[in-house]
Amino acid sequence: MSFPWARQYQPSNGLMRYFDEKLPLPRLVYNAVGAGYPVPRNLGYMWNFGVLAGFFLVVQIVTGIVLAMHYASNAQVAFASTEFIMRDVNWGWMMRYLHANGASFFFIVVYIHIFRGLFYSSYKAPREMIWLLGVVIFLLMMATAFMGYVLPWGQMSFWGAKVITGLFGAIPVVGEPIQVWLLGGYAPDNAALNRFFSLHFLLPFVIAGVVILHIWALHIPGSSNPTGVEVKSESDTVPFHPYYTAKDGFGLGVALLVFCLLTFFSPNLLGHPDNYIEANPLSTPALIVPEWYFYPFYAILRAFTADFFLVPAKLMGVLAMFASILVWFFLPWLDRSPVRSGHYRPLFRKFFWFGLIPCMALLFYLGGAHAEEPYIMLSQIATAYYFLHFLVILPIVSTIERPEPLPTSITAAVLGSDREAAKGEAAEPVAA
Amino acid sequence: MADTAATADTTLVHDNPSGPDGVRRRDFINVAAVSAAGVGGVAVLLPLISQMNPSRDVLADSSTELDVAAIAPGQAIKAVYRKQPLFVRRLTPAEIQQANAVPTGSLRDPQTLEERTKSGHTDLLVTMGVCTHLGCVPLGAAEGEAKGDYGGYFCPCHGSHYDTAGRIRKGPAPLNLEVPDYQFTSDTKIVVG
Repeated sequence: MSFPWARQYQPSNGLMRYFDEKLPLPRLVYNAVGAGYPVPRNLGYMWNFGVLAGFFLVVQIVTGIVLAMHYASNAQVAFASTEFIMRDVNWGWMMRYLHANGASFFFIVVYIHIFRGLFYSSYKAPREMIWLLGVVIFLLMMATAFMGYVLPWGQMSFWGAKVITGLFGAIPVVGEPIQVWLLGGYAPDNAALNRFFSLHFLLPFVIAGVVILHIWALHIPGSSNPTGVEVKSESDTVPFHPYYTAKDGFGLGVALLVFCLLTFFSPNLLGHPDNYIEANPLSTPALIVPEWYFYPFYAILRAFTADFFLVPAKLMGVLAMFASILVWFFLPWLDRSPVRSGHYRPLFRKFFWFGLIPCMALLFYLGGAHAEEPYIMLSQIATAYYFLHFLVILPIVSTIERPEPLPTSITAAVLGSDREAAKGEAAEPVAA
Repeated sequence: MADTAATADTTLVHDNPSGPDGVRRRDFINVAAVSAAGVGGVAVLLPLISQMNPSRDVLADSSTELDVAAIAPGQAIKAVYRKQPLFVRRLTPAEIQQANAVPTGSLRDPQTLEERTKSGHTDLLVTMGVCTHLGCVPLGAAEGEAKGDYGGYFCPCHGSHYDTAGRIRKGPAPLNLEVPDYQFTSDTKIVVG
């Protein structure tokens, strides 16, 4: 589970020794995020985002439990109870703004975490399981965030719920009964609101469970690193604590600065004003869009306007939207290059920075735009490129490209040669 | 002793192949127990799944009576049927002509105006105000709203255009606006659902 040179937990006093014998929880923490977990010495700030994602999950759970103490999940009063939280509950405005912007930040750090994984091919053997669990976490996050957005029962809540459950109506034959079953009625109403609240409360704990599996799977091969070269000797690693607890702590400080800036100075920047209007089943807002973090997938959904190989346009959009995330499950096998890091893959790097990234940026923009030309056509082009990248470009590029020479080891990449490390260790012995 | 061999043998009575095909009693009990538990488990799933279906009060709320006498030609009203908008529209002769002039073969969801209205009342178009794409409320029922390229309804969410018979003509929606089950109870009254 760890490198042979990993430090072993030594209880520092009798009480901890007693505890460790009965329940080795201190040992588990020491091995997971303490000095007992050797980590590559060359991790950059891109490797902060896993810890940050974990932090924002905790923020969401804590603020969410507080909000649930004051919120009422009944369609008659849900909107009023949200306003009650904002106006009357002590610090209620802060809890709600932290929760709403915390969701955005959770997605920001997770998107960066995912794109870190895409650039450095963190999904490759022996880390496939970590990646697959990560995609599961992302899907659970999407479901949770969607249901959470319905709870204030504003116009966007209602119409978002209607459009998203309408996706299931696209399934041939069984679609409509499934939609009615999901909603507990013919349109979103009390039944739907109540079950969404129940599931919105449950799913974060499911996410926390899968996060534990994600970290467990990570600790078997250990963290990847910017060179993509595996750890070979002790000089390639440093203990997680204090080196990366400090580095993650610094990154967390920066992230919190930006988070507080947004939450306290522009808390509604990422929201939609329409959601401050109470849900009205008889009036559709001029533009129904989901929260910003769903834009790329919403753009893919709307890209299909004509029937496609006998599949109705609506079903095709739904299938493409789900496929755009499900394709990530196959990534470890679509990318056939033995080299991991994009730093040593000249051709892959070009397609990443000048293909995939602009394509995703465009989809992000288009998902929030009106459903009219030229946005529809641009969505179609971007959607086509998105799938082309993963299904055609990546497999071909990874086969034909000639990677640049890799450093012999992580130590060599950092210090120039492995011998430099030996010198450093002799001069400055590490405290045991 | 005569039964020494029998006591030394650790095989229990019910382990002995006793059936005609060498089936042991223990196998039978295992299969029966696991099957009973499995059937019981599946039986418990049914209520767990079914509780999510519409409750009695939602189902009880599922028919609407409307007086359509006051709707003038060219006008439409929005009503509520099953907590969803319902459009009732009195077509003008020009709109009827426009709808009849379209060859049905060219339509995505081929239907004539006759098929979408009640005989003797072809000027009264009753449809759900629910876009068949993803369920938004199309515009065009109220005064001054955009009616789309074909003079019927226009869904602003993803740009579906419906004609004067509520048929899909352009955009992502797969089907015509749904005509719900309804009956004329008198010349001016309808019951939907």
